[in-house]
Amino acid sequence: MASKRVRFTFEGERVGQPLIYRLGQEFALVSNIRMADVEHDFGWVVLELEGEADEIQRGIDWMQAEGVRVDPIVGDVVEG
Amino acid sequence: MTYATSLVCRECGNETPLDPVNACDFCFGPMEVTYDYDAMRGVVTRESISAGPRSIWRYEALLPVDPEHRIDLQVGFTPLLRADNLARELGMRELWIKNDTMNPTWSFKDRVVAVASSRARQFGFETLACASTGNLANSVAAHAARGGMRAVVFIPHDLEAGKVLGSAIYDPTIISVNGSYDDVNRLCSELADARHWAFVNINVRPYYAEGSRTLGYEVAEQLGWRKPDQCIVPMASGALFTKIYKGMSELADLGLIDDSPVRMYGAQAQGCSPIATAWQAGTTNIRPVKPSTIAKSLAIGNPADGYYALKVMEESGGGAVAVSDPEIVASMKLLAETEGVFAETAGGVTLASLRKGLADGLIDREASTVIFITGGGLKTTDAIANEITKPIEIEGSLQSFEEAFAAAGG
Repeated sequence: MASKRVRFTFEGERVGQPLIYRLGQEFALVSNIRMADVEHDFGWVVLELEGEADEIQRGIDWMQAEGVRVDPIVGDVVEG
Repeated sequence: MTYATSLVCRECGNETPLDPVNACDFCFGPMEVTYDYDAMRGVVTRESISAGPRSIWRYEALLPVDPEHRIDLQVGFTPLLRADNLARELGMRELWIKNDTMNPTWSFKDRVVAVASSRARQFGFETLACASTGNLANSVAAHAARGGMRAVVFIPHDLEAGKVLGSAIYDPTIISVNGSYDDVNRLCSELADARHWAFVNINVRPYYAEGSRTLGYEVAEQLGWRKPDQCIVPMASGALFTKIYKGMSELADLGLIDDSPVRMYGAQAQGCSPIATAWQAGTTNIRPVKPSTIAKSLAIGNPADGYYALKVMEESGGGAVAVSDPEIVASMKLLAETEGVFAETAGGVTLASLRKGLADGLIDREASTVIFITGGGLKTTDAIANEITKPIEIEGSLQSFEEAFAAAGG
């Protein structure tokens, strides 16, 4: 089993969609939310995903295809 | 000696030993070094600091590194210039330039990398790593060379050759990643877990960020042990902005300066202004952006410390300003022409933000003000190549000179 800490950012109508629930239903992944801030049309969630490494990547690819921004929890690490 | 004691989560307060970790195990919030300030009181004095070296290491008690592990390139204690010409131009009473172009690799990144690399060596790391498009890579490669460490630098594949040169001279391993910025971000955050390397702004980020506090210490000391009334600071991740404020606050807590208020104003380019946009919208939720600006050293679309920068603005009574690329270039020129300081594009962002803040009535022209110029202009010559004075071409004769010189206005 592997784990990965990520930050999901939701905008617009995606804020109201149960995407984290579906991530757990459609992939063999356990999500463990640690921090979140959700407003009417924007929100972010910091969480840990547990599962097989390939499954984690498939799940992340699916979230991105759904229009969710997925970042490492450290933010941008490429600096000028 | 250092008085650093532990890491504390900035979100939940969870405390851990001084290890190479950047996120809280409980809430995944960012970790920050904390110190035994009580033990410092009466020991760390103006006199003890003044007797130290003319570098950031004069503040060694306030840095999380034991002296024997230091990698010392004589970073910091850069000039604080009284900018009367520029002040006159802007109609200001008291303006100062903190000129951090005078560091060993010509940018403030030397402060953060000096601390991160030294602490990495103290942890026993043999490899320093980073992902960078310029200043950070230059400094990491230089410090690794000085410290006898290996450097591995990750760059986006489409980075101009000239930007790589300032790192390549120190002979690091340079990895050109064939992918987007987001791909480089993701790869490096994964490598930081997979390799026993010190990624300066990932797994040793809590120590890295501490180096920026020395800018706050130096400005207060160089002003004669006092705070200015207001500071204008460029923002990328937002860490520099928060740490300058913290540095001044610490000196006040230690009784080394008066605890007078200092308003903190953050400067960003309009092509990458997620923090300024949030401040103007009155929210602490930072919306990530895709950067598009000539100020590439500030081009962080998803800033890790943006929330904390907004909190500092709120607490200090400051704010944020975003400026256009033409305004940036115009201010790079103004800074050079009035005060002889050649800044990179980030310096243009800072001065342009001051000018805009003055014009909008956001920034007080009567207050004692410091602008932070964080990198040298030779790093970003492309931005101004077509904007600067061209040579007057003549033949090698007195007559040709006199005619051309007169025609140019003498």
